[in-house]
Amino acid sequence: MLSYLLATLTFAGVYALLALGLNVIWGMAGMINLGLAGFFALGAYASALATVALGLPIIVGIVIAIAFAAAAGALLSRLTLNLRGDYLAIVTLGFSEVIRLIAANEIWLTNGSDGIPGIPGPLRGTLTPLEFNALSCALLFAAVGLAWWMTERLRRAPFGRALRAIRDDETAAAVAGKPVRRYKVQAFAIGAGLLGLAGAAYAHFTSYVAPDIFRPLLTIYIFLALTAGGTGNTSGAVIGAFFVILILEGSRFIEPLFHGLSGAQGAALREIIIGSSLILIMRIRPQGLLAERPPKSLRTQ
Amino acid sequence: MDLIPQLLVNGIISGALLAIPAIGFTAIFAVLRFPNFSVASLATIGAFAGYAANVGLGLPAVPALVAAFMVAGLVGLASDEIALRPLRPYGALTAAIASIALTIVLENMVRFGFGNDLRGYDLPLVRDWRIMGVRVGPQQVQNLALALVIMAGVFAALKFSRIGKAMRAVADNPTLAELKGIDPVRVGRLTVFVAMGLVGAGGMLLGLGTSIDPLTGFRFILPIFAAAVVGGLGSIPGAALGAMVVGIGEELSLLVLSPAYKSAVGFIAIVLVLAFRPRGLLGERAY
Repeated sequence: MLSYLLATLTFAGVYALLALGLNVIWGMAGMINLGLAGFFALGAYASALATVALGLPIIVGIVIAIAFAAAAGALLSRLTLNLRGDYLAIVTLGFSEVIRLIAANEIWLTNGSDGIPGIPGPLRGTLTPLEFNALSCALLFAAVGLAWWMTERLRRAPFGRALRAIRDDETAAAVAGKPVRRYKVQAFAIGAGLLGLAGAAYAHFTSYVAPDIFRPLLTIYIFLALTAGGTGNTSGAVIGAFFVILILEGSRFIEPLFHGLSGAQGAALREIIIGSSLILIMRIRPQGLLAERPPKSLRTQ
Repeated sequence: MDLIPQLLVNGIISGALLAIPAIGFTAIFAVLRFPNFSVASLATIGAFAGYAANVGLGLPAVPALVAAFMVAGLVGLASDEIALRPLRPYGALTAAIASIALTIVLENMVRFGFGNDLRGYDLPLVRDWRIMGVRVGPQQVQNLALALVIMAGVFAALKFSRIGKAMRAVADNPTLAELKGIDPVRVGRLTVFVAMGLVGAGGMLLGLGTSIDPLTGFRFILPIFAAAVVGGLGSIPGAALGAMVVGIGEELSLLVLSPAYKSAVGFIAIVLVLAFRPRGLLGERAY
């Protein structure tokens, strides 16, 4: 039971990293990313291949994962920079599909639908499974703490202010002399890097990646986390991630109470609940649990 | 034997089928100004409605196609009224995110009712025709003919009917259209109904050749988006032209790529168009 709890908390940490990444892209810069699953998978596969196939240390794998995801993010956002956000929505969604196709079909690289097993985790093997879960959980929380601190600083920095200005009125920000195009690409790359970090953390914790794991549903989970917690609010992103894990895991316990549901029906019901809650929260409380508050200026602090 | 004529014929047929849902997607964009990703699940719903009419009630393909259109149109309209219309004032991207959530909800309703099994339509088996070395199935020809009839109907309605003119007016300039006494909410509802009906009919036409499951619509979203973007997002003739480009491109890609990457062709087409001709082949004017 303790082991299950620790594993669940670790997954919550992965979701929190994803929500923090999305918060930079969507919450702060107002750019859309519907391909979270693609960046997550790119990070997971990059780190898995770097450590399993090339035998590099885990930390190098994680750095490579962040770099790959950030580079992909920069490219996609650069491509649609002059167009309305709708195009970025379509391109990111398509990107995620292509990553899934590559993961499923380039067997020489990704082992196809069998996935990559045996991804090393820190001290896996020398620790008992319970100790390993405890260590992963602690490391993940440290990573979430670090990511929280960095994105919160980013939000309070002049860069973060400029991003909010761009989000709220791009033309006005450009007129005020902000380098709108450069900042947008940078924000998207930073956020995508965090998504890649989440993927790498996931791969090293579970020791296994396969194309099926990275379903587009993930995008909805994380948008729900961010919207429920408070779009643009760094702490809200983390709280929202825990809220989504609570719904996902909680529904596992409620499911047996409904007799006569097949496995597929139970899973379908869960997704219906997740999707409907996102729409409901957007309707009823679009600012989320913790509304975004503009940071105080340095002088009044 | 020569492969290219065969691939071209296959490409033209699948492009014509793809054009139907792509026109629906782009029409909603033209009038309501947001990318409605729930087309994925409504294509599935159309395919399943047609399946229920065909296998459950024993109807032939054409009445089943009407059922697919009606059910997808009504479900699309109802779900838009409940879930998406109230969110549109918050901006196009908010509505786009909600439409992804909506597509998850609808897709899983289909899964709840029908399960994950693959299902096939009940159609008479007929031997393929061979014309100058090119194989075509009579069913494919019928699908092509149906797609062309639907497209002709859409273009005629847009050009000549009062409602079609009202749709074009709202797409062109919503403020001016409202000043002229066109109710944008009514036009929006009508657009959603017809567009989602087209998406549903397209879902069934695309599913007729293979088998269907709750993910059927999702598999076609990449080529549908690609068709709309290549032709110019919001341009209805553009969507038809874009669908031809994507359909033929997908088939010709088989000469150099593994069949698994067929749907990636759509993404490549999107990237190329955005890099070199961002407004698409025909620009963004609705008609």
